[in-house]
Amino acid sequence: MSEPPPILSLRDVSKSFGAVRALQNVRLDLWPGEVHGLVGENGAGKSTLVKILAGAHQADTGTLTVDGKELRLTGPGDAQAAGIAVIYQEPTLFPDLSVAENIFMSRQPLRSLRRIDARAMRAATAELFARLGIQLDPDRPARGLSIADQQLVEIAKALAFDARILIMDEPTAALSGVEVERLFSVVASLREAGAAVLFISHRFDEIFALCRRVTVMRDGRWVSTGPASELTVEELVRRMVGREVSSLYPKTATAPGEARLEARLEVRGLTRHGAFTGVSFTLHAGEIVALAGLVGAGRSEVARAVFGVDRYDEGEVLAGGKPLPKGDTAAAIAAGLALVPEDRRQQGLVMELSVERNATLTRRWSLSRLGLLLGGGERAAAREWSERLRVKTARLTDPVSTLSGGNQQKVVLAKWLSTQPRVLIVDEPTRGIDVGTKAEVHRLLSELAGQGVAVLMISSELPEVLGMADRVLVMHEGRLAAEIPRARADEESVMLAATGQRGVV
Amino acid sequence: MTAVGVLGGAEERTRLVHRVLVIRELGIAVALALLVGVTVLVNPRFLTAQGIKDLLLGSTILAVLAVGQSIVVITRNVDLSVGSVLGLSAFATGSLFVANPGLPVPLALAAGVLLGAACGVVNGALIAAARVPALVVTLGTLYVFRGIDYTWATGRQINAADMPPGFLRMGSATVLGVPVLALFAVVVLVAAGYYLRTYRGGRELYAIGSSPPAARLAGIPVGKRVFAAFVASGALAGLAGVLYAARFGTLDANAGTGFELNVVAAVVVGGVAIFGGSGSVYGAALGAVLLTTISSALPVLGVSPFWQRAAVGALILAAIGLDRALAVRLARSLRGRNGNG
Repeated sequence: MSEPPPILSLRDVSKSFGAVRALQNVRLDLWPGEVHGLVGENGAGKSTLVKILAGAHQADTGTLTVDGKELRLTGPGDAQAAGIAVIYQEPTLFPDLSVAENIFMSRQPLRSLRRIDARAMRAATAELFARLGIQLDPDRPARGLSIADQQLVEIAKALAFDARILIMDEPTAALSGVEVERLFSVVASLREAGAAVLFISHRFDEIFALCRRVTVMRDGRWVSTGPASELTVEELVRRMVGREVSSLYPKTATAPGEARLEARLEVRGLTRHGAFTGVSFTLHAGEIVALAGLVGAGRSEVARAVFGVDRYDEGEVLAGGKPLPKGDTAAAIAAGLALVPEDRRQQGLVMELSVERNATLTRRWSLSRLGLLLGGGERAAAREWSERLRVKTARLTDPVSTLSGGNQQKVVLAKWLSTQPRVLIVDEPTRGIDVGTKAEVHRLLSELAGQGVAVLMISSELPEVLGMADRVLVMHEGRLAAEIPRARADEESVMLAATGQRGVV
Repeated sequence: MTAVGVLGGAEERTRLVHRVLVIRELGIAVALALLVGVTVLVNPRFLTAQGIKDLLLGSTILAVLAVGQSIVVITRNVDLSVGSVLGLSAFATGSLFVANPGLPVPLALAAGVLLGAACGVVNGALIAAARVPALVVTLGTLYVFRGIDYTWATGRQINAADMPPGFLRMGSATVLGVPVLALFAVVVLVAAGYYLRTYRGGRELYAIGSSPPAARLAGIPVGKRVFAAFVASGALAGLAGVLYAARFGTLDANAGTGFELNVVAAVVVGGVAIFGGSGSVYGAALGAVLLTTISSALPVLGVSPFWQRAAVGALILAAIGLDRALAVRLARSLRGRNGNG
């Protein structure tokens, strides 16, 4: 390890978004000719780290050194100038432009009068593709390329400006086996050519196959860096999750009595091409079922399809034994379903409207008289629910945008609870809320289950999953990978299933 | 073997996409040819030398505006103030001649273009500074510029007699049967088309409209480029104002009222995607010619003038429907591929 100096090194980098500390004193060293693995749970701070290296975010404190020189990246242009290229999980191409133009945008080869030399550009693209062993027509538009091809175009782009540091943020998440192999051979040849590669992945087999050194992050902090050869999958998982399940979670296991036999929601063989495949499960009255998995595993997509926001291609959904029509949210609501979406600002609330308007939106018809919403009924309903959920607001007529994240979430919950749902689907119910409010949301979910509501909780926070759920369904790459009862669920078993390490469980 | 097969499939798809793009502009040309053909069958005098001259002359101002508008629309923005800028520039040109009867024509052209560019600077600066959608900003400046025009021109009218004969001759003269004004439009069209195709700045405009976040990540100075697009649109609207003055000779505060909608219609019919990133100024210019031809062909065909607007509307809907159908087909093929992957 004490040979040449690293080509890139980060020291004591911290970054906060408001009150949330995304990164704290993170360090990282990349050497030329080496692939470096970066692993961590969802929310461990990997993406923030990538954005800082890409110049898209600026670190609050800490230093970035490239080639021994300290740098400050103020924008994506600076990162490119420093020879850093980032390949995102979802590549950022211009769909209307040709592949060649995407690669050389703003760097097109020029001929006289500063005109673009289209022929030279096409030739250079063909040469890059030959070097990477890709067979793509430089003239075709980027629209319609598969994710794998788009990533290869991004890699060609990086080579076009002689990037020596490649950051790959979960590049294989959306790829098939053959595509992964092709990507690996490209990465290997880049490594041979002396590039430093930071490889972020949830797939441990890839980490071990490709990386010499592995850095583990947890909760925005650096945990460890060491040679991959000295690590095992179990050790890696332990370092990723290594913490106690807190006692915050008030869930008491439901007694497996008669109530539990009543199936409230049955999902059979649900498939939406490109999102999820063959998902089947049953929710019973009075239980909380967690849907765990990594970001992008298709959990929210399943919830949206069940609730009728998106259409699905195969399978069926039954509520209370009766099939629900596809893509019909009104029918889903009428059947007693409620969905509290992941992105409450965009999908859960009308930010400009008052608290009371938001809280009663789902009941605007039953609260209206002769088609008019007169103040009284709306206000009384809103007051009742905000008291029950302890929403902290100065006045119910304040716009909901003035509330804190936790209180906003309570308003979304109030909105759906007031419809007295029989099945409640909550997507990341406590993301971005403070600890106290989190506990209140958890208490509420437990109460609801106690009253016989069937709750499906999508969550990326393992402690929440383990603390709240009677059963844990784990999704991996669009499929249900495991169903783990409360008694057998622990951080390792869920994490291993979520990363596709079925054999180890 | 498999590699060859994959490549073959990809190439075929590419060719298909190319063909679709070609068809997009060809479609307008075909529609135009059909319209002219049918009209000539009904009334052969529609296509005399004078008839063609009238058509070109009628299309010129709309075409110049459409080129400017395309530059803006390609970046996923829109400039609704062009009609008002045209009116302002036309009246300014007239006033300039009233004040200095001996003013050379090129100077008048330059003044109009500069005034238009200044209006474009106002639009661009407001959009960049206020971070408000261009639709809203230019809707505001549409009224502001028109208001200035009204204040300035209240109760005044500038007549052909107030302008030098040389200037007015520019509005009606022809070179080898082609109106001089139309030549202006051709020069503007070719210059803009060439810049958008072969210069980095032009390609960056397409990139911005195609995916604004990707453009920012690619280090493209998005704000600067969009600002420049609005200045270009303003300058061309200013030029169109001078051409308007030369053609009609009589100017009051209402010159160019409502033009912005015709221009956007021409651009959309011409295949410039309203969400940016694709289309060409050539298509937009063809769209302008098509719209002008419709309004002069329908009376010849004995269609009530009341139906003209409906015809234009139907054309816009057809153009948007075509674009949408193409997009859906592409999206479906993409989703199918992911499903297999």
